[in-house]
Amino acid sequence: MIQLHQLSKSFGRLEVLRGIDLAFDQPGITAVLGPNGSGKSTLLKSILGMVIPDAGQILFHGKPIDPLGSYRKDISYLPQIARFPENLRVAELIRMIESFRPQESSSAALIRDFGLGPVLQSQLGHLSGGTRQKVNLVLTLMYDTPVIILDEPTAGLDPVALVRLKDRIIQAREAGKILLVTTHIMSLVEELADRVVFLLEGRIYFDGKPGELKQRVAEPTLEKAIANLLSGGHLSPIQLPESAGRVTRKMNGHVVHPQYNP
Amino acid sequence: MLRIIRYSFADLIRSRWLYFYTGFYLVLTGALFLISADLSKVMVSLMNAILFIVPLVALLFGVMVQYYTREFTELLLAQPLPRRSIFLGQYLGIATALAMSFLLGAGIPFILSGIFLSGEIWNFSILLLSGVLLSYIFSALGYLLALMHDNRIRGFGLAIVIWLILAVIYDGLFLLGLAWFSDYPLERVAIGVTLFNPIDLARILILLKLDISALMGYTGAVFNRFLGTSTGMGLALVVLATWAIVPVTLIRTISLKKDF
Repeated sequence: MIQLHQLSKSFGRLEVLRGIDLAFDQPGITAVLGPNGSGKSTLLKSILGMVIPDAGQILFHGKPIDPLGSYRKDISYLPQIARFPENLRVAELIRMIESFRPQESSSAALIRDFGLGPVLQSQLGHLSGGTRQKVNLVLTLMYDTPVIILDEPTAGLDPVALVRLKDRIIQAREAGKILLVTTHIMSLVEELADRVVFLLEGRIYFDGKPGELKQRVAEPTLEKAIANLLSGGHLSPIQLPESAGRVTRKMNGHVVHPQYNP
Repeated sequence: MLRIIRYSFADLIRSRWLYFYTGFYLVLTGALFLISADLSKVMVSLMNAILFIVPLVALLFGVMVQYYTREFTELLLAQPLPRRSIFLGQYLGIATALAMSFLLGAGIPFILSGIFLSGEIWNFSILLLSGVLLSYIFSALGYLLALMHDNRIRGFGLAIVIWLILAVIYDGLFLLGLAWFSDYPLERVAIGVTLFNPIDLARILILLKLDISALMGYTGAVFNRFLGTSTGMGLALVVLATWAIVPVTLIRTISLKKDF
């Protein structure tokens, strides 16, 4: 469904993505993990055409993505920051986004699920952060698309909404959709993710099942495994483009990135 | 694109700032009528206010709306919409809301004063047209600045610098240049230099129509003498329209390449 080939992107002198090769073909939930600034959002935004890569190719349904964006009708995206035009009402915003897509929307059920009924006629500028995030979720989940991309979906949600969100994510997986999720909440990853992609400094350091990651660094929880990765350097980037010109060396039988020496 | 224009417009016309802006023109024009019953005197006073305030407010609105809808723009970019519809739609929404706000604020007192029954209706139309054109030109410049500079302080700073240059400093420098090179024939140079300032162009357009030679200043007089009233007005209008089109084209080009 989605293939990334040698994707690179720099912002000024900062290399955010360095020759990423990835494919999202199987249904299921992939957690894209990494510390702040590791390139997670840039990776997801590249798929959506919001960030234009310097090099590499993105294929959607086997075709290079079209700059006019018609392929985006098959993708639902939850942006990391939920901020909307302050003077529009919630119902107006939902109608507006609905008017951009040909598909049927299931906004009514989501509005009920997330308890947004009472605020439908409120202006978006008057909503709390958590309520705005719920509106954000309604706008994202109201379409039946084969791909769903969620950038920090749990930010500011109360426990009830969080449970509803998890239910929706699980339903989407059962419906055979491809979900890409970034989050800093490792318990959520342990609970939901079928696959973990770990990014660091724009390279992929791990791509596999969450259980494999724990096994590899011999830690009992994903949180500890990730912390271990960040501080200890048990793993090397899966691909190191020759053009990057970085020196790697072997230590204890592992290829070690120079900046992550134990 | 029409949908984006509609929502951008709907968002802005509910903004307190826009009410304040419309109210300001209502009060200003109403007050001018209280001071003088002479329609053309009111128009000249209003012109001076328009030439200062419309560009400043349009620049700041253009910058502000682009910055404050950044996150929402990201949401729009994730929809199956081409980029040019999103950005041009947003810009046209802002510019149209500003132009309408100005038309209402400045227009209502004139209508109440019986402008339709007087012979001044065409002069008044040119005044309103200039205000509308300046709204479109300067909100495009503001929007473009914000699109080009992610640093908000720099975006707002540049907007104010551009306004200061075009609304205040330009005339002074221009006069200084005229005095400096007064031994040379400067008429054609003066026309050329004026074309680079939309505020000056709008002033000339209005004054040519009002036919008040005392207020035309050097460039207005040169326009009048060399091009005649109708050619002068035609040229001023065409160049003003170009001033609106160029930044809009740049908005389109830059928005196609920008990362969000």
